[in-house]
Amino acid sequence: MAYKRSQILICGGTGCTSSGSMVLVKELKKELVKHDILDEVEVVATGCFGLCELGPVVIVYPEGTFYSRVEAADIPELVEEHLVKGRPLDRLIYTEKGDGHHPLSINELGFFKKQKRIALANCGVIDPENIDEYIGFDGYMALEKVLLTMTPVDVINEVKASGLRGRGGGGFPTGLKWQFAHDAVSEDGIKYVACNADEGDPGAFMDRSVLEGDPHALIEAMAIAGFAVGAAKGYVYVRAEYPIAVNRLQIAIDQAKEYGLLGENIFDTDFAFDLEIRLGAGAFVCGEETALMNSIEGKRGEPRPRPPFPANKGLFGKPTVLNNVETYANIPAIILKGAEWFASVGTEKSKGTKVFALGGKINNTGLLEIPMGTTLREIVFEIGGGIPNGKAFKAAQTGGPSGGCIPASLLDTAIDYDNLIAIGSMMGSGGLIVMDEDNCMVDVARFFLDFTQDESCGKCPPCRIGTKRMLEILERICDGKGIEGDIERLQELAVGIKASALCGLGQTAPNPVLSTIHYFRDEYEAHINDKKCPAGVCKHLLDFKIDENTCKGCGICAKKCPADAITGEKKKPYTIDTAKCIKCGACIEACPFGSISKA
Amino acid sequence: MKEITFKINGQELTVPEGTTILEAARTCNIDIPTLCYLKDVNEIGACRMCLVEIAGARALQAACVYPVANGIEVLTNSPKVREARRVNLELILSNHNRECTTCVRSENCELQSLATDLGVAEIPFEGEKSGKLVDDKSDSIVRDESKCILCKRCVSVCTNVQNVAVLASVGRGFTSQVQPVFGKSLADVGCIRCGQCIVNCPVGALKEKSDIQRVWDAIADPTKTVIVETAPAVRASLGEEFGYPMGTPVTDQMAAALRRLGFDKVFDTGFGADVTIMEEGTELLGRVTNGGVLPMITSCSPGWISYIETYYPEFLPHLSSCKSPQQITGALLKSHYAETNGIDPKDMVVVSVMPCTAKKYELKREELKVDGIPDVDISITTRELARMIKEARIIFDKLPKEDFDDYYGEYTGAAVIFGATGGVMEAAVRTLADILNKKDIQEIDYEMVRGVQGIKTATVDVTPDLAVKLVVASGGSNIDKVMKQLQAGELADTHFIELMGCPGGCVNGGGQSIVPAKEKMDVDIRAERAKALYVSDAKITKYRKSHQSPAVIRIYEEYLGEPNGHKSHHLLHTTYSQKPKLV
Repeated sequence: MAYKRSQILICGGTGCTSSGSMVLVKELKKELVKHDILDEVEVVATGCFGLCELGPVVIVYPEGTFYSRVEAADIPELVEEHLVKGRPLDRLIYTEKGDGHHPLSINELGFFKKQKRIALANCGVIDPENIDEYIGFDGYMALEKVLLTMTPVDVINEVKASGLRGRGGGGFPTGLKWQFAHDAVSEDGIKYVACNADEGDPGAFMDRSVLEGDPHALIEAMAIAGFAVGAAKGYVYVRAEYPIAVNRLQIAIDQAKEYGLLGENIFDTDFAFDLEIRLGAGAFVCGEETALMNSIEGKRGEPRPRPPFPANKGLFGKPTVLNNVETYANIPAIILKGAEWFASVGTEKSKGTKVFALGGKINNTGLLEIPMGTTLREIVFEIGGGIPNGKAFKAAQTGGPSGGCIPASLLDTAIDYDNLIAIGSMMGSGGLIVMDEDNCMVDVARFFLDFTQDESCGKCPPCRIGTKRMLEILERICDGKGIEGDIERLQELAVGIKASALCGLGQTAPNPVLSTIHYFRDEYEAHINDKKCPAGVCKHLLDFKIDENTCKGCGICAKKCPADAITGEKKKPYTIDTAKCIKCGACIEACPFGSISKA
Repeated sequence: MKEITFKINGQELTVPEGTTILEAARTCNIDIPTLCYLKDVNEIGACRMCLVEIAGARALQAACVYPVANGIEVLTNSPKVREARRVNLELILSNHNRECTTCVRSENCELQSLATDLGVAEIPFEGEKSGKLVDDKSDSIVRDESKCILCKRCVSVCTNVQNVAVLASVGRGFTSQVQPVFGKSLADVGCIRCGQCIVNCPVGALKEKSDIQRVWDAIADPTKTVIVETAPAVRASLGEEFGYPMGTPVTDQMAAALRRLGFDKVFDTGFGADVTIMEEGTELLGRVTNGGVLPMITSCSPGWISYIETYYPEFLPHLSSCKSPQQITGALLKSHYAETNGIDPKDMVVVSVMPCTAKKYELKREELKVDGIPDVDISITTRELARMIKEARIIFDKLPKEDFDDYYGEYTGAAVIFGATGGVMEAAVRTLADILNKKDIQEIDYEMVRGVQGIKTATVDVTPDLAVKLVVASGGSNIDKVMKQLQAGELADTHFIELMGCPGGCVNGGGQSIVPAKEKMDVDIRAERAKALYVSDAKITKYRKSHQSPAVIRIYEEYLGEPNGHKSHHLLHTTYSQKPKLV
């Protein structure tokens, strides 16, 4: 291998790709050619670094200089300065606190300091389209160890001892799941390994990032699972909306086959394993394990009743072990470093780390991996960098659209499976949405329920009709038409739906409503009783007013108003006709004097 | 078999492994409410009415699909269970068109019964309703989405039992519906109009297209001679509409009721069935001796005819060219009866009472018309006849026993058993054996073709030299298996195949009295109703072989000449053609 003096990593994840990172790769190579240093500097498109907010992200090693929001036009200067003259280009280096301090290495960044990367270890580090780089980072050594030195029972015991629990939402102990599939009898001996990569939570992209940044880790882990349970075939169910992930996974599968790491006689043993990608059409419910299996089988994506559980009767009626991408991504490290090492990270009942997709009202939107037990406060204020524009934190929603909203009073909750359930939310697959004082919690509940009721498969009445009825009540509350007893009606429906829905989608759909009623009941009451939206979000409950003392009568608001609701004489205070006002807020934005308010 | 011991409502119970909680509960007289459950057909745990509490389980579980396990403790009547069922039922009702008093299924509606039984007093969660479409384009079936509760019993029956699969779930969430493909009408998607969806619908979302008013109008028209013919299977089910136990033949009261409804003549389709045997038997003999297309397949069931025309058109030459008994009766009424009574066939209205919804379509087929005149003008189902009797305020169970009118009201035991799967075959064999052996054979109970088994095969030594190979099947999925065997050349040495569109034959037709799914857990309606027919055959009818019927002998002597003769071909035989799967 040729000696390279520098290595430039460019994020090739979906986020940075859509902000133009692939153009940077081309430009970089062009400039390197121009300076005749292409053979001295290596350019690698990696998976996601995590700090998507700052994309496209470029890191230059050996210094570890972290450049953010790099544009194609910056490339000539970047190459000239950093790679030719050897002095980092200050103006592009990310300054975390806006204090002019240019940290030289990404390890100095608060965003990375508290993280611990196991599942994402290779993301943003290696070229996901090159199997040699994965192998260079100990890739496929875990599979080799398993095949050459362990029995299936050894593997299952190791995974059990690690304490790894399903990262897809339920938190079921992974080793136990493997044990069930291992013990299940298949008449013709056929069993399957399946991977849930149908990441349906809006805003969540943990699984996508692993597929895009480290696809071989998934392949290796699934082969290990296949060995453990006695399966020779695996299916990865990926949503078709993840084209980059699908492409990289296919490249990785092809490379693994070429290297004999998939197929017959892997590592010269009699173990055979093959993988196939199945594309999903993007229905949220297909993330539910039995619906997912129906979909793989070519049927309508509707959940099946359990029992029988997939471990006994799964894909095509055969014993099947189904885990999500992140769960699998932990496996090679557990095998290589040992269960004890893995179990040393995390809390008593939740071992290891968890990847979160951080979004909403937060400075560092992106992807992070933290040890279980990290507090919500650390995530929001240290890793996440706090709330933008000095606004106050109001709530964090974990667990995707079916999770609950956690109020500020619980910011010091150590995050693990059980603690989140105890405070009315859940781990889910790892969506984490931060809300500030400008978010109306009734509106938030309405928003999430609108999503889940739309994504219900329609099979069982509690979910099909119940979530619709809840949404109707929430809509009327937001519209100022809430009536006494609506909160109780919502609670009655929520409890009924949770108890009776067929699958996890319905059983958890009422969570955002229940948790917001629990922690923010006053907001519901303000909407219903006082016809007010304290956060100023619900349009029907707002009145726009022009302060006659500060209005200069410039008339800009009247010009901007799309409903012709504002009238007045020049240089005299204008007025808003509330009957005509559509509460779009254009006037507030337009007013140069801040004279217009909503309440 | 392994036994499982568990507790239900505190009571210890031992049942065979694999038993569901629902089935187990029934054995100790605990009823668990259900809506979507249809034994052996639709076991999908969708409607959530059968929820029970299992100690230690996270959520409530659907009893209809939950197999009992050792040591579990099940509660079927806990506060949590009652509350969940009530909320669920209220939700279903909140999205249901509750015009119950004017619904065709009023008082025979499983949803209505549950609402009554579970004491739903109000619907606290009113809101938008999802189903709006009423599809009444089909000649036979009306689909009303405003009443559909998405239990998918129709989907399962249509797909798994009938192998037609023209109904499926479409859409998501609140807007999901059960619909034919592309939102098309049932009339345009290869539906065979068997009506199995109707008799398995718990509510009024599927019903026959009603022709009651047309019958009343015809009866009220003084210029029309209105004649009714009733199919054999009707008498085996009509009584259920008036509180008789299933399987009670009500032939005599039915004849009396029809007269009181105002029909000018009350005849029986059994007459046409006997003629069918003469025609079809002769056709079969002809094919066997002249090297015609074999195996020959029966053509009595319009559901089956639609099935082959739509899905296996390449096998149409195997079909007997005989019209169905409904049409043969009608054709002879409009020709021979009209001529002998001096009536212009145009002034006749022939009404058939059928266990079948597909008959409403059959009578409209151009291929069946004789010189442009339809054999039968209106066909009503068993259910519609019951409604007419009720509307006319006839006290059915107090009616005197009456006979059908002469001649066209005469039929043999062979004709009666047409209504059960295997019946046509048995009737044909009885006549064939007598004719070929030239004697009156007394052992005529061909048990090997009786019973509810989906596919029956038999070889009957009709003469010392001729062993006839027979296949009998009923219900689309069984029919499909037979057709696949035929396709594969496995039935090359078979002579005669009887195929009926509905499982169990006409006794279980789509036009018959509707039995709640719960009752079907304990009773096989195919077998119960068939009993009524076999009892009539063995004990009631004077003649048990079609060729011995005096009416049949007379019609050939007086009018038709000989079976498969010139006149028969003109009046009693037809043609078939490929029909599109999608219009």
